[in-house]
Amino acid sequence: MEETQSPASSLEDIKDIRRIMDRSSRFLSLSGLSGVAAGICAIAGAVVADSIFNNYYGTYNSRGFTTWDEFSLLKLRLMLVAAVVFLLAFVSSFYLTWRKAKKQGLPVWDHTSRRLAWNMLVPLLAGGAFILGMLRYDIWVFVAPACLIFYGLALVNASKYTLSDIRYLGYCEIILGTVNMIYTGYGLWFWTAGFGVLHIIYGVIMWYKYERGN
Amino acid sequence: MKNPITGLNKIFDNRIRLGVMSVLMVNEEISFNDLKQLLEVTDGNLATHLVTLEENAFIKVHKGFVGRKTNTTYSITRQGEKAFSEHVTALENMIKGVR
Repeated sequence: MEETQSPASSLEDIKDIRRIMDRSSRFLSLSGLSGVAAGICAIAGAVVADSIFNNYYGTYNSRGFTTWDEFSLLKLRLMLVAAVVFLLAFVSSFYLTWRKAKKQGLPVWDHTSRRLAWNMLVPLLAGGAFILGMLRYDIWVFVAPACLIFYGLALVNASKYTLSDIRYLGYCEIILGTVNMIYTGYGLWFWTAGFGVLHIIYGVIMWYKYERGN
Repeated sequence: MKNPITGLNKIFDNRIRLGVMSVLMVNEEISFNDLKQLLEVTDGNLATHLVTLEENAFIKVHKGFVGRKTNTTYSITRQGEKAFSEHVTALENMIKGVR
């Protein structure tokens, strides 16, 4: 009733409007802990990859050469590590976000998360195809920079559909990937910084900003 | 419909109608089920308020199909956007204590 509309209830209305607008257009249950979990998986994976590299170059240095089979095995092992890291990171991040959504009493799979997933997936699939294309021609040096740049683009794109802070993580990944194009020998280091360290820093900041009290 | 003194729109007095309009301001198009989930209301309740908004030409209804199931979606009209913006401005003015 209009007679009862007071400044206080107007304020309530405005708050309601903002809350509903936010909730209906962005997926807000993304947990900071998801970032931390993904970062830990990435660092663990990088450590394993590093030992695989050391093993390979150890053979090369002591014997002076490596066979084609040994090189194929190196590639296979690295791909396997990458796949396992991706799977673990995905599952753990998904679980933590699912848990947050449950706590908030919000659905995990609604039109906001569908839109987020789709907008993230498009740049990622393009990046994946691009990287596979490079590998076909044995161009290894640009794998890490391409991972970082395409992932950064995916995040910037996704920031319109979730907590907008994720945009800054995207910018950092793009910058890191671009710099990595110059220092091509340090791919694993850049990869670890981008997918490991940055994820953890971002995750902690997000957790501190949005989840600490609850 | 519009109170000449406060500028508030009577149609938006209702929480559910206010909610529907808020959703449609930021979503090009939304389905009945998504609306229901977002606003946590029952089918019948939501349907009644949607009819009111449609009758006032604030929203447009699109009836479509997903496979064999009907899929009804809603979007805001220009008139609805204008009315809602004016309502929000009126609310803000009330808070600021000016008219």
